[in-house]
Order: sequence, then structure tokens, then C-alpha cells
Amino acid sequence: MATSVGTRAEEGEFLASQRYEGGMRLAARQLVRNRAAATGLVCLALICLCALLAPLLAPYDPVQINLSAKLRPPGDEYLLGTDHFGRDVLSRLLYGARVSLLVGLIVVTFALSIGVPIGLIAGFLGGTIDNVLMRAMDAFLTFPPLLLAVAIVGLMGPDIENVTLALGVVQVPVLARIVRGSTLAVREETYITAMRALGASPLRIVTRHVLRNTLSPIVVQITIVFSAAVIAEASLSFLGLGTQPPQPSWGRDLADARRYMADAPWLFLAPTAALMLAVLSINFVGDGLRDALDPRAWRTRRRRAGRNERAV
Amino acid sequence: MSLLEVVNLRTHFATDRGTVRAVDGVSFTLDDGEVLGLVGESGSGKSVTALSIMRLVREPPGRISADRLVFDGIDLLQAQPQELRALRTARIAIVFQDPMRSLNPVLTIGRQLTETLRRHQGLDAKPAARRAVKLLEMVGIPSAAKRLTAYPHQFSGGMRQRVMIAIALSCNPRILIADEATTALDVTIQAQIVDLVKRLTREMGTAVIWISHDLGLVAGFCDVVNVMYAGRIVEAGPVRDVFQRPSHGYTLGLMSCTPRVDLVGQPLTPIEGLPPNLMEPIRLCPFLPRCRVSVGACASVLPPARAISPGHFASCHADLRAHWRG
Amino acid sequence: MNRAAPLLVVEDLRVHFPAAGRLFRPGPPVRAVDGVSFSVGRGRTLGLVGESGCGKSTTGYGVLQLIRPTSGRVLLEGADLTTLDSKALRPLRRRMQIIFQDSAASLDPRMPVGDLIAEVLDIHGLHKGRERPKRVRRLLDLVGIAAHFLERYPHELSGGQAQRIAICRALAVEPELIVCDEPVSALDVSIQAQIVNLLQGVQRELGLTYIFISHDLSVVRHVSDEVAVMYLGKIVERADRESIFTAAAHPYTKALLSAVPIPDPEIEQARERIILSGDLPSPTDPPSGCRFRTRCPIAIAACAAAEPPAKVLNADHEVACIRV
Repeated sequence: MATSVGTRAEEGEFLASQRYEGGMRLAARQLVRNRAAATGLVCLALICLCALLAPLLAPYDPVQINLSAKLRPPGDEYLLGTDHFGRDVLSRLLYGARVSLLVGLIVVTFALSIGVPIGLIAGFLGGTIDNVLMRAMDAFLTFPPLLLAVAIVGLMGPDIENVTLALGVVQVPVLARIVRGSTLAVREETYITAMRALGASPLRIVTRHVLRNTLSPIVVQITIVFSAAVIAEASLSFLGLGTQPPQPSWGRDLADARRYMADAPWLFLAPTAALMLAVLSINFVGDGLRDALDPRAWRTRRRRAGRNERAV
Repeated sequence: MSLLEVVNLRTHFATDRGTVRAVDGVSFTLDDGEVLGLVGESGSGKSVTALSIMRLVREPPGRISADRLVFDGIDLLQAQPQELRALRTARIAIVFQDPMRSLNPVLTIGRQLTETLRRHQGLDAKPAARRAVKLLEMVGIPSAAKRLTAYPHQFSGGMRQRVMIAIALSCNPRILIADEATTALDVTIQAQIVDLVKRLTREMGTAVIWISHDLGLVAGFCDVVNVMYAGRIVEAGPVRDVFQRPSHGYTLGLMSCTPRVDLVGQPLTPIEGLPPNLMEPIRLCPFLPRCRVSVGACASVLPPARAISPGHFASCHADLRAHWRG
Repeated sequence: MNRAAPLLVVEDLRVHFPAAGRLFRPGPPVRAVDGVSFSVGRGRTLGLVGESGCGKSTTGYGVLQLIRPTSGRVLLEGADLTTLDSKALRPLRRRMQIIFQDSAASLDPRMPVGDLIAEVLDIHGLHKGRERPKRVRRLLDLVGIAAHFLERYPHELSGGQAQRIAICRALAVEPELIVCDEPVSALDVSIQAQIVNLLQGVQRELGLTYIFISHDLSVVRHVSDEVAVMYLGKIVERADRESIFTAAAHPYTKALLSAVPIPDPEIEQARERIILSGDLPSPTDPPSGCRFRTRCPIAIAACAAAEPPAKVLNADHEVACIRV
């Protein structure tokens, strides 16, 4: 039953085959195969690019008031028209992207760096630690997110930083709970018992095996968190509690556009379209990631096309 | 006329990687009261054969075709959905491997039993309940009347399987199909259930198609056995003939690699290699890559069904008489 | 094979699980393993058989300290494993390994086969540097896996291949004892034979000791030197292989043997079966006295009075039954 790796060529091939395709590379390949996710990825990339290069791309200063050009419809001079202060809608859109993306990014980072460790520890160690941590999380969960954000902003002043903090705080317990649930499930898997039997330390088990296998729900939740943050920022700005004028913000601009719906619908349509595009892209990417991160979808490239398939 | 005639049954599944030929030319007949065994490993097509006979395969992606598929004079391929529904359980019943998945967990046992009785036999609630109690007693469930209001999860595995048998036999079907019905049960419970099925089907004159990978079960219960591999029947015949005079490389291989509780010191000769790829059309014997007794002709032409003795056929070029024991 | 100094001695092992009870009143514990004692000589195979709920798998886990026993001793060449904490146990884990029933599930789905094997060597600092590829190749040869499988992921393996990889990984740490927990039950019969032969071949070549846990008596007869039959957490009969299969004394063992199908129509259709009545009692509330008495064809009133002691029939054959 032994196979012999006899010739030098085969030996070289054997040693070479010690370099394996990493799981992340295989996942990435799966991801781009998914059309919706690939499209979402491209859109997201474009939005990020716009946000980054706003100063270069924006044709006008987004806060420059020019009353002589107010409420112009989309045309040659102002690609997406102007608002009631004569400010270029396109430029405000590009700069507004910065705010939305930045808020999303910060909220996600905050939630990840606090929520994931809490969830992992609670799930893996269980017992009293689990109880204490989860009751703390439950306490935070009882606050309706938007209201908590409003409360914090009310206490500390309407400021984009306060908004971000509030949104981040509110996302931590959700993420912690999800990570904990995932960890609990993974902890009972046979391969974890196998690692214990093989003499692996708890640290190795958690960092190398549990964490990677709880990745998928984390990633999906991250995309939900991101899009929730973007929408929340828009909502708060809409209510006047987030980004303060004259700073551009999609939500803020939407609020202002209400009064001019009949006369200048482009004021409303532009930020709405931008929000929708951003959120949809994130969601498609999230769905695609969830499927791509499932190892059962990974297909390694077969070196010798099927010749050795029947061996063993 | 036979109770069930199956000629050249083919069930193919369309997948995005090709067509899976799960059943690829299966033919057999089943007479009244006969016990037919379908033996094979995973991927042999035995379960799909049973599902295809009852048209329980989802089409698409499956596609069932046959030269003849006739039950008691009814052409099953042409039958309308209402006709098929009326046949299922009432005239052809099936018991699956995992009773937990066949029984609805949120309905009481009584409800599931009486539902079948009321639908197929038109009984009213009270008579149906009485008959349900009789059925539960028939399959050996103690305190049957009280158990009518119990839920599936309150029963043990063996009990649940008895309930499935009760449901299956409730309308006195002509054919009972048991698809690995005892595989998930402990061996002493399995003995109870096999004993029960034997007794009831003999009393009721029901024909049985017994699907299993376990040669021992087939040896003990069946009159006729069909050995399946890669969606085809490779050997078929009366059970004593096939076991004492195996005439196909796969049958021989199966018997040589099955350990026996009554023998000691016999070496296990495994069948090397892996099960075949069901997506490739069959031009030669599908077992050839793994066969230890192949001969020259195997590499050039598909073996036809050869008569070994009356009623005993095998699709094999090789002469295996040297391997027969007494 | 020094019979005088067994590799493993298990004394009165008990593994009890707390049961789900009412809010402030915990229910009776599940006594999955309730006083199990046996020993295994070096290079030998002990077959541990029984039906579901008998505690055989839990015994295996308890021996390896993957579940910490409630009480009892597990002596690996004299060292009592139950007294060691997890840190002290870890280096000892090289000496005792386990192979699971669901082989694919025992492999981290996100790691290619090569990494799975390499990680084990890393954990114990074995065969570093240039030695590594040679060692991996030798391990693969031992279990009959071709080199190109190293880059595959567990879901791309067949059942038999996955089990070979699991065995390969267990062998990588150079163990002395391997607990095989239903290693072939989930495999097709033709693949079962491959894996059984592999396990026996490796045992001969490396001098391994096995505890072979299975419900399949036919396989157990093939691989074991000694057999212990379990029922509801207790060993009801323990003997060398031949005595169990040709001269079984306990009524449960006899019933078990008579229930196993034999692939021979002449024999099978002529057999007298001992059909047990009823179902397995609950492990939270086992019958008083002899646990088997509720299904036993020869039970008498005295069977309910006290648990039957292990009666020695002859060297190497013990039965826990007062009717024998």
C-alpha cells in the first residue's frame, strides 16, 4: 500500500508541493467568481477611491456658497446641479463619501477590537467569565441604538466624533454575542477535541483553530455593522445631530433636500443613490464573503489532472 | 404477471458539473409476497432506485426514464400526480433510515398515524384512532392507547422505527420498501425490528424490497438478491445461489472484505480504490479499475448478463468457480 | 509483549455528567461510565463493545483525559493520569492518541492536509528543518496516501482518505497507545477493510497498543486480542477473544452475538435468535442491582438486589452475572 516517490523529479515535486494554496487565496478566488460580490467590490472600491481623491476629483469647493448659482439643475457647468446655497452637488457627494466611509470604518474597527475578544473569551472559557461578560453585554443591548446615540450626542454635543463613538459602543455587544455563539459551536467540533488530544495548548487552539473557524459570521456581521453605521450616520445627520453644516454629509444633504423636492429633485436623488449604492455594495460583498469563506467551496488547483485520482 | 416490473430504469441528475447517472439501467421483477434484497455501498444507486419507483425523486434536477415501470398494471411513468399520491403508502409504502427525519416532530404519533388512515381509507376520527391503537399494538409498542398523544422525540430510535413501520403497513400495501431501515439502530434493536418486519409481511402477504449494505441482513431475510454497483445491477439471483456461487468480481470482493462474527483468522481482502465517478457514461464494466479477477475481455467490451444457473445472472466475463466454497 | 506489565491499567473508572434538572433541584447525574476496570498489554488490542449509551466512547475519552473522570484511576505505565493537570498532561499526550468515527470532522476544515500534519510536529518540536519533508513522506507512505494530497482540504477527501490522514496525524507524534473510537463505522464496507488492514499493519510495524471501540462485533472479532462488553456504563463480561465469541457466558453477550447478522444464508436462516425485549433503560435511572435484568431472559428476583460482582470463570475470563 506504500507509495514510492522514487525519481528525483517526483521528489522535487513532492518538496514543492509543501507550498500550499492558503485558505485566504482560495477564498478570494471564490469571491470574485460570485458576480454580485464582484460587482459590489468594484463599486465599493470606486466609492473609496472617490472619497480618497475627493480633493482632486471635486470640481468645486463643497462649502463655497454661490447664491447666484442656486438650484441649478444638472448640466454642463454643474454635473449634478447645485443646492439652495449654490454649492455643487457632485462635490458635496464626493466629500460626503469621506464622512460616511470614515464613520463606517471607525465603528467597525472599534466594534471588532472590543467585541471579538470579548466574544472569544466568553465562548471559549465559559462559566462565570462567560456569565459576567454576557450580562454586561446584555446591559448595553437593551439600549435602542439610535436613541443611545441621540442621548450621547445630547449629553456631549452634536459632533461627528460623538456619533461615531455612540455607534461603535452600540455595535460591540451584538458582535460579542455573535462571536460567542460561533465560538461555542466551534468549541464542540471534533477537530478541536482532536487538537486537545494532540497536545495543543489552549492558546494555540483559540488563535489558530477557533478564531479562523468563527471568521465567517464575524465577517458577515462586519458588513452589516458597516452599512448600519453608514445609515445611522446619515440618519443622525438628517436629524441634525451628526455632521454639522456646512460640512457635507449625505444625510445632512437629504434633510435639506426635503424642502425642495418638487422644484429640485436632483438634490434628493443624488445622496439617496449614493447611500443605496454604498449599502448595497457592502451587502453583496458580505454575502459573497460568507459563501467564499466556507471551506467547502474551496477548490485547489489539481497539479496532475486526475491521473493519480484513483490511487488510494 | 409480476407485481412490479422494472425494465431499464434510468435516473439521471443534472448538476452544474455534469450529469450524474445515479441509476443506469436497472431491471428486475417483484412478485407478490416476494422479498427482494438490493445490496450495494454508497453511490450504488440502491436508494435512488427505490425513490424512483415511487417517483419521489425531484424532477428536475432528476430525470426518471425506463422502458417499463409497471406496478400492478399501472404505468408509473405515465401516472398523474394524484394517482401517484394515492398509491404512496396505500399500495407502495417506504420506511427510511432515520425515523426522526421522516416523522414530523411537532405532530403527535397518533395524528400522523390517523392522517394516513383518514386520507387513504376514508375513516372518520374515532375509527381511525381505534385502528391506530391496533397498529401500534401490532408493532409491539407497549401502552399503545396512551402513546397516541406522544411526540416523536419521546420515543427511542427503535420505537420510532416501529411507528414508521406501523404507518407504512397501516393501509395493507402490496409492497413495503425498507431503505436501510435498521442501519441506524443498535444490533439488538435491529434484530427486533427485522423480526417484526419478517413476521408482519409474511402474515400480510406483503412483498418487500429490502435495501441494505449489510450482507448478513440480506442473507437472513431475502428470497432474491440484486447486487448493485455504479447504478447497475451486476449480479442477481436467489439468495443462496448468489452467496454460495458469487459470479461477479464485485460480489466476490464484497464477501471477501466483510468480516464475520462466526469466523476467526480469515484475512480481510479489501477492495482497493475508490467508488466510481457516476458522471461518466459506462462503456466497460464499472468495477474494472478495482477488480482483482478481471480477464482480458473486460478491457474491451461491457460484459452482458450471463446466466449462471436458473434465475441467477451476473454481468461478468470472468469465471469465478474457483472461488466458490462448497 | 510482556503480559506481566501492562501498558495501561484502568481502575474503577467513573464518568458522571450533571443532568438537566429543575431550576433549583439538579436531576440525577448521567452515569455514563460507572465503575469500569481493565488493563491492556503492550502491543495488544482490547475491543470495547456495546450498543449506544453503554459508555464505551466515554470510557475512551476518560482514559485519555479528554473528559476528566469523576473518579477512578488511569495508569499509563504506572503514572496516574487522573492526578495530572492539563499542563502536565500535555507532554504525555504524545504517548496516547485517538482516532475518531467522523474522520473528516476531526480535521480542521480550513487547513490543507500538509499543514495539519506539520502542525502536530510543530506542537511537539519534532523533526524540524530538513528532516521535516522526509518525515512527512515516511508518514504518508505508512498510511498509503500519495504526496499530492498534501495540498488538499479535508472536504476534498473521501471518507477513507480522511481517516488515513487522521491516522497519519496520530502516528506523527509516535504514540504508544491509540484509542480507536468507531474508526470504520462510518465507512463503506470495502473501505472499512482497507482501514482495518491499515490499522493492523501499522500496529505490527510500530508495536502499537489499541483500544478498539466499536458496536460492530464482526470487526471486533477480527482485530481484537481481548474483548470487554459494556452495558449501561459497566463491563458485563471481559475475556480473551476466543472465549467471548465461542464461550460467551453473560446473557447480554449471548444476545448480542446472536443478533449479529452473518452473511451466509444457510446459517442465517437456520439460526436461533435471542431477541431481547424492550428498550435500553435511561442512564440517569438505571435499574437497581444488575442493570441488564429488565431485558434479561434469565433474570430472577435476586438480580434486583445488588450489582453482580465480577466472577472469575478462568484466567482471562470475567463475568458480572449471578446466574452463571
